[in-house]
Amino acid sequence: MGPAQANRASWTLAAPALMLLLIGSIGPLLIVLVYSFLTPGDYSGVQRPFTTRAWEQVFLTRDIFDDTLSWADAHLTIFWRSVKLSVLTTVITFLLGLPTAWFIATRPRERRALWLFLITIPFWTNLLIRTIAINEIIRSEGLLNQVLGWVGAGPLNLLYTDTAVLIGMAYVYLPMMVLPMYAAIDRFDTRLLEAAYDLFANRWQALAHVVLPVIRPGILAGSILVFVPSLGAYVTPRVLGGGKNMMIGNFIELQFGQGQNWPLGAALAVLLLVAVGLALAIYVRVLGGTGRDDG
Amino acid sequence: MAERRFDPTRLPGFATVAVAVFVMLYLPIATLVAYSFNGGESVAVWGGFSLDWYGRAWANETVKAAALRSVVIAACASTLATVLATLAAVGVVRNRRMKGRAVVYMAINQPLMVPEIVTAVALLIFFASVRQATGYQGLGYLIAAHAAFCVPFAYLPISARLEGMDATLEAAAADLYATPRQAFRHVTLPLLTPGIIAGAMLAFVISLDDVVITEFVKSAGQDTLPTYMLAQMRRGVSPEVNAISTMLLLVTVALLTAFFIINRQTNRGKQRKRPQSLPSASRPWRCPRWPRGS
Repeated sequence: MGPAQANRASWTLAAPALMLLLIGSIGPLLIVLVYSFLTPGDYSGVQRPFTTRAWEQVFLTRDIFDDTLSWADAHLTIFWRSVKLSVLTTVITFLLGLPTAWFIATRPRERRALWLFLITIPFWTNLLIRTIAINEIIRSEGLLNQVLGWVGAGPLNLLYTDTAVLIGMAYVYLPMMVLPMYAAIDRFDTRLLEAAYDLFANRWQALAHVVLPVIRPGILAGSILVFVPSLGAYVTPRVLGGGKNMMIGNFIELQFGQGQNWPLGAALAVLLLVAVGLALAIYVRVLGGTGRDDG
Repeated sequence: MAERRFDPTRLPGFATVAVAVFVMLYLPIATLVAYSFNGGESVAVWGGFSLDWYGRAWANETVKAAALRSVVIAACASTLATVLATLAAVGVVRNRRMKGRAVVYMAINQPLMVPEIVTAVALLIFFASVRQATGYQGLGYLIAAHAAFCVPFAYLPISARLEGMDATLEAAAADLYATPRQAFRHVTLPLLTPGIIAGAMLAFVISLDDVVITEFVKSAGQDTLPTYMLAQMRRGVSPEVNAISTMLLLVTVALLTAFFIINRQTNRGKQRKRPQSLPSASRPWRCPRWPRGS
């Protein structure tokens, strides 16, 4: 079979899958882009003419009386909350995930599989179920407040706060951070540490100057795996944040539901997509700089 | 200075944090499971062990219908995704010099990179207009949407298995005058079967667990178990939701355990340095599970 023939065979075999993805994923994204330039319909949906109104609405509000433009504070609050909570989630999962990944990677080979399996179970457990489980812990009569009651500390009203959303996201995305870091640490040559000790580095110096730079690709992969879904999170803020503590994902939903402003929702969706694309692009760029794309 | 005695693999406090993390990971799940056996009426007070809530969930017609719908959708979507992913993998993996290989690769993995909420509203818009044009109201939309995001999960173990397979066996079959079709049917397919089963199982779990896309694509009265639970959460936790969660959890763990056993047999004798089921550090899109249902 010649190369041209082989090519045609490959494409023919891949075509059904590509068709499905075109209908079920890629194609609709293009429609979202078009919708972001339309006018809201009378009840729902959209109508013509094409405008940039929705995009303007993303950041600005027009006063209904004197037609002046001002910053859309409500939107900016939601954007800020999304970015803040996503960054914090990434930092927390890193701080907790690094020791965990290190711990697993330094277990005896036979027992490592068990520890990995223990990380993998929550990783695969339905995100909604894990969010409900966290709800069970932090709600007012939950386990946390019962324990606090026994030790005589006052009850915490965590549920439906930003902190609740943060706890929930750190909990559900932690395994995403641990697994790639584990893969990186697993390949780490511990003789480098011995060399560092020989050169009179203490443990923290060795960690900062030897371990972290070497496992950087794993850290970056873990961070992107946590940051990207955090930014688009929908279920966790909805269940733990209540109606008020929305993130971009919930705000997009609002526009397609009660808000009845599909073009604005579409523009927000495109914006989210661009933000995620940007994060991925930076990730690829930074990783390219390390010259270690050996996965 | 005296001889510095150390174990280079130990960093102070790391083991403590790690063990605390494992406790924190399992404590909420354990609490949820424990409370599903709570006999009391209130969610807060422990009223003794009972299977009451399982009985109630079981007797609830809405829950039963949602469970059946979940399974039907997951079965159809994972079958469709697995068949298409198998074809694509055979086409792409075997042809290393394929023109546009990167494009196919990107397209297949695309559902992993786009935030689920964005795909969900995109499908809402798209299927709303299809619904209006055709009048079709059935489960087809959900099955198509689920199948699409399941493709990368089905593709992953299948292509991994194919890459680890010895291509000379197919060449030998061709030497013995097998047509490409015969070689595929009698050589490639049997060897590929464990990968296909693993891929189908992953796709099934992913479809069963999906919340966000289902929530947006479903028509009225098309709740699956996860969307039913999400709706219930508006009123806070109920023991019934705990019972349903525990049952879903059990199904997931059972399928995962089976997956790991199959995967281990698949990888045995392949002498690969790293197990296939782990994400590669530098390519997140090869991760077995990108966060669905975020």
